Amino acid sequence: MFAEFLQFLFTGITVGATYALVAMGFSIIYNASHVINFAQGEFVMLGGMGTVYLLAAGLPLPVAIIIAVAMTVVVGMLLEKLAIEPARNASVVTLIIITIGASIFLRGVAQVVMDKEFHAMPAFTGEDPIVIGGAAILPQSLWVIGGGVMMVLALWFFFERMKMGKAMLATAYNPLAARLVGINTKMVLLLSFGLAAFLGSVGGILIAPMSATYYEVGIMLGLKGFCAAILGGLGRGWGAVAGGLIVGIAESMGAGYISSEYKDAIAFILILLVLFFMPSGLFGTRGTERV
Amino acid sequence: MTALAVEALSKEFGGVHAVADLSFAVTPGTIHSIIGPNGAGKTTLFNLITGLYRPTAGRIVLDGENVAGLAPYKLAAKGLSRTFQNLQIFFNMTALENVLVGMHLRLDRRLAPAVLRLAGARRREAQARDEAAELLRFVGLGDYVTADSASMPYGALKRLEIARALALRPRLLLLDEPAAGLNINETAEIDELIRKIGETGVTVVLVEHDMRLVMGISDHILVLDNGRKLGEGNAEQVRADPKVIAAYLGAAALGRNDAAKGG
Amino acid sequence: MIAWLANPRTGGLLVLAAIIAVLPLALPNNFYFDVAVRAGLNAIVCVGLNLLIGYAGQISLGHAGFLGLGAYASAVLTAHYGWNPYAAMGVGAIAVGVLAFAVGRPILRLRGHYLAMATLGLGIIISIAANTEDDYTGGPDGMTVPPLTVFGTELYGERIWYWIVGALVVVSVWLALNLVASPVGRALRSVHGSEVAAEVSGVDTARYKVLVFVISAVFASVAGSLGAHYGGFITPVDVGFIKSIELVTMVVLGGMASTYGAVVGAAILTALPQVLTWLQDYEHLAFGLILMLVMIFMPRGLIPSLGSAFRHLFIDRPETQST
Repeated sequence: MFAEFLQFLFTGITVGATYALVAMGFSIIYNASHVINFAQGEFVMLGGMGTVYLLAAGLPLPVAIIIAVAMTVVVGMLLEKLAIEPARNASVVTLIIITIGASIFLRGVAQVVMDKEFHAMPAFTGEDPIVIGGAAILPQSLWVIGGGVMMVLALWFFFERMKMGKAMLATAYNPLAARLVGINTKMVLLLSFGLAAFLGSVGGILIAPMSATYYEVGIMLGLKGFCAAILGGLGRGWGAVAGGLIVGIAESMGAGYISSEYKDAIAFILILLVLFFMPSGLFGTRGTERV
Repeated sequence: MTALAVEALSKEFGGVHAVADLSFAVTPGTIHSIIGPNGAGKTTLFNLITGLYRPTAGRIVLDGENVAGLAPYKLAAKGLSRTFQNLQIFFNMTALENVLVGMHLRLDRRLAPAVLRLAGARRREAQARDEAAELLRFVGLGDYVTADSASMPYGALKRLEIARALALRPRLLLLDEPAAGLNINETAEIDELIRKIGETGVTVVLVEHDMRLVMGISDHILVLDNGRKLGEGNAEQVRADPKVIAAYLGAAALGRNDAAKGG
Repeated sequence: MIAWLANPRTGGLLVLAAIIAVLPLALPNNFYFDVAVRAGLNAIVCVGLNLLIGYAGQISLGHAGFLGLGAYASAVLTAHYGWNPYAAMGVGAIAVGVLAFAVGRPILRLRGHYLAMATLGLGIIISIAANTEDDYTGGPDGMTVPPLTVFGTELYGERIWYWIVGALVVVSVWLALNLVASPVGRALRSVHGSEVAAEVSGVDTARYKVLVFVISAVFASVAGSLGAHYGGFITPVDVGFIKSIELVTMVVLGGMASTYGAVVGAAILTALPQVLTWLQDYEHLAFGLILMLVMIFMPRGLIPSLGSAFRHLFIDRPETQST
């Protein structure tokens, strides 16, 4: 009984850590540009697919990972430079459609460079489950959770301690004032896409050994990450982490105890209920409109 | 008989009293001005009266009925209308259409006749367009009847807001800094327009920084400071009120007004 | 003459009807008729969706859900319960209207990205339900749908459907143009322009947002029912998230707040994948690229961008923006 609960909890935290990484990507880009980047899920896909591709080409795993992440970061920055920046003055909906165009394009590229098949990636360190309290945990789970924690800590350090991170926060808070004090807001925008691509690709690589990867894997992951970001209050770093974990755990519990067929719907049912009763997400605050 | 009575009205924003225990009354058919330094709570007061904010305490009485906390569109139905300090134009419409939205409550809002474009709806639409064009001419925008609002100059947009507010056929019209950002000539024209509106019997409540405009036009002036009433009376009384002089008008402002009178 | 043609109601509607009437001459075979029918069905949804997105300024990333409910209502009620297809279509439309009304108020309090999330969630839940309730829907494999009948004759074939859908497109456009130019339509547009100004002008913004949400949902539902009968087969993919995104993309690409733009956007994005099939594997890549380029260089969409260029060339002053 308890072992079952523990099993669901571990699964939930593992998946939730991936959602959290995606959600942080959404929030970082949103803060820098007020754009919802619907290509966020494709960063996840590129990380996983890129690594699989490079492994198949004979590269050792760590090298493949580094190259795949670097490549995704470059793609993220190119997306900003070539597609978002030239359309800076367009409406938010137009920008959303541009990122949707980018997501279709990136899926198209993945499909051309690789294929439409499912690919398995070997686990980083073995397949033998570790048993804790009757629940079996795959070593890869620990990699995902550990990797997630590392990312969160690194981000925290970046935003709290480093000048560039503070510049990004300042830009999120007030772009005009940030420009006035000499912050290069264009650079911030570019960096935000790079950072979001970095987080997404890392998440994609960590989770790939547990759930196969293919060219459309980013669609659902991206949408659930968006759920998590909204749940935590869009633009809030810790909110994104909490949102990711809540969505992951709710999904795993819901699939285990209620209905595994509706597993993919749980995140969306949850977000609808929250939005009905708390229109700014769990941790959001409602501002009064100035006229 | 009052057109509007505000009784012990308060509004708090996270511990800050934007409006505090404020009471005053507006006589029908008069031009009633509200002045005070920036941050005195004038716009907050307007937002409270028009239902955009919900008061923390107190009553807002419109023709004998407490309307505090009613939704803005319900207040509009009771004959309350306003303009905004920061323009709130429907930039996705023409000038004429902006005014037509102001006439919303007086038009046929049924879906079927409109969607099927029945003869009656066509006729009523033509009438409404004529009336809206007439209103644009009334505020001096005869040249802009077919213009896209997005292509109009700032001064014209200020008038467009007034035309839209008048389209409601309000009994009480709240004007939030109608002369802000306008030059001397444009301000004089707004002055004349407000007088013209007052003559039609509409009660006007005016928030304005231009003292020459306020002193010249107002039947009654209310002075706010830090969300509280500092003083009130007609122009002479306010100008002579030592509290008002000390806190707000200052020697320079009075001097400017006297100079304006002399010249 | 040019001014008369540039008047959206008289000129545009006539041009649209003329194009629909003449187009069959240029369609070599049934395959092309099929693309045209599906473009027309998408256009009907987009004309409704544009009222919500373009005119009232409220985003929806879940309209394929409403389309799906209409489609499956028609499919399930006729195939499993032997209902008259028109009754099924009507019941589907009413049910969708009621659903949109019920969720509309809490959902439409939300703004921007929160509204996008909520509508997206609603759409996905509906498509997952279509996938899962396989006793009724056939699950991921889909289900067959009986044909529509008129006076006892079954409607088969792309050519007959071409004229039905073509007529419905013209009617939809006419209804939408009328709505936009009416007091109700202006109230919707005022919500987009400035919600506070709309409220103090006497517009019950919450009510109008729900109204346009319901109207656009019913448009989608009816088009979904028709599409199900026309195709004779539906699967959850036809009504999923990607379909929702496609619909919004059609509206935005054609040009927001332009009824003709919605039709043009639907036509282009339905035809484009067919045009790109010769690229084979490169089809998606090219599609995404084209979408990005159009939106970058014509951020207001095709019809408004081309329209203002046309006006600059031929006419001094636009009379109204309700194109």
